[in-house]
Amino acid sequence: MSILDKFAGIQHAHDALTALGIDPLAVEFDAMTSPCEGVIDGRKVLILGSNNYLGLTYDPAVIDRGVDALRAFGSGTTGSRIANGTYRGHKELELRLAGFFGRRHAMIFSTGYQANLATISTLAGKDDTILIDADSHASIYDACRMGNAQVIRFRHNDPADLAKRLKRLDGQPGEKLIVIEGIYSMLGDRAPVAEIAAVTRAAGATLLADEAHSFGVLGRNGRGAAEEAGVERDVDFVVGTFSKSLGGIGGFCVSDVPGFDILRLVCRPYMFTASLPPAVVACTLAALERIATDPSLRQRLAANAERFYRGLEAAGFALGPQISPIVSVRLSDVSMAAQFWKALLEAGVYVNLALPPATPTSEPLLRTSVTAAHTSAQIDKALGVFADIGTRLGAIGT
Amino acid sequence: MLSEQDIVEVIVTHLRERLPPDTAIGPQSTIMGDLGLDSLAVMNFVMWLEENFDISVPMDRLIEVETVADLARVLHSLGAQKAS
Ligand SMILES: Cc1ncc(COP(=O)(O)O)c(C=O)c1O
Repeated sequence: MSILDKFAGIQHAHDALTALGIDPLAVEFDAMTSPCEGVIDGRKVLILGSNNYLGLTYDPAVIDRGVDALRAFGSGTTGSRIANGTYRGHKELELRLAGFFGRRHAMIFSTGYQANLATISTLAGKDDTILIDADSHASIYDACRMGNAQVIRFRHNDPADLAKRLKRLDGQPGEKLIVIEGIYSMLGDRAPVAEIAAVTRAAGATLLADEAHSFGVLGRNGRGAAEEAGVERDVDFVVGTFSKSLGGIGGFCVSDVPGFDILRLVCRPYMFTASLPPAVVACTLAALERIATDPSLRQRLAANAERFYRGLEAAGFALGPQISPIVSVRLSDVSMAAQFWKALLEAGVYVNLALPPATPTSEPLLRTSVTAAHTSAQIDKALGVFADIGTRLGAIGT
Repeated sequence: MLSEQDIVEVIVTHLRERLPPDTAIGPQSTIMGDLGLDSLAVMNFVMWLEENFDISVPMDRLIEVETVADLARVLHSLGAQKAS
């Protein structure tokens, strides 16, 4: 008997994979040679499995700012902002984010995960109801469990189902908080933000959008799916992360809601954890400046996304419903997906293996993502490798 | 309003159409154990029930559900209406 016995089922499933010589958790990058290339087991690999959408992790301006801050302010803050103080960089980053989004208020967190935990669990209280998209990220589900509100799921990307559920709540006291994502991380499909915003407004509810994968990626200015849909004013709270398009770590929330700063005194995942290190803040500031001033990054990303999606589609693969930087290949069974993943790695292409129940349907996925740093030649090479392995394993052309 | 018994019948009929023909399904069948539904199948099944009975089932109410009878009790307490 062990306290860990309850995980025997999960251990068993993992053992079955590793017995086939497949263990995504064992992948170690011994070196990184560019934003989209690294070394695994002595082999050079092309990385199509990150969230480094704009390829900014090696941007010289980002690195320089980080190094300067590291020297000037030290390696860490060693505490939380409420107990141990705010550094100048924290405040500056909040100001810049508010400016970038054209919002009155901004607040930063130590991760995107904590940004969701903090905002969602706090905004909705005991007498309120949270309505979340059924395909929400784990951080949104965990935020719901952390708070005291009643939680209802609506069908993925289905404004009509959301409307029906809001109608059932008619006459019930309490606020209604609706939570969506800009781009969904598994299939790369985006939320119908305009339609959801209209339903939200009609019900007098509050809308929070997690633009984790769409910030820096969608919209004319990179402000995300709400900007692309032209309904930013209808989104009351935008949450996002610095760990994807900005290439660092940390999270944020921006809003125009009056009295926003009270959240600093009530959000426990903001209050009781150490603040972001100065170097991370400085890198994030530099990366934010890059996305604010260089639209060519987004254009290159969009072109690469289209090239890769169209190429896989032409080869006959089953993909997600929309072109986006996340391109997921849907496969019929777990063993095929696992073998495919392994063969890709052996051929020098690293992607993400996503298995149910972490996937939105019962299908396993090879989740890939392109970045602005990939060259057309790299995209084409990956397409060739996918087509070869897909044919060999019978995933296409059968 | 439907009785718990009516709701059990709707659940059993629905599952009978979807599970292998030799699956024994009754009020005491456990949904994830005896009937073998995984978390995704449970979610889709609950979405179908919500639609059918015109209710929303808050997530915390599912914690107490193990058997078909438990599920019927929760749906009943939420005011499950006749299928439209
Ligand atoms: C939709 C979504 N929200 C939040 C997060 C959490 O962000 P972070 O990794 O910065 O904690 C992620 C990714 O991990 C995500 O995909």
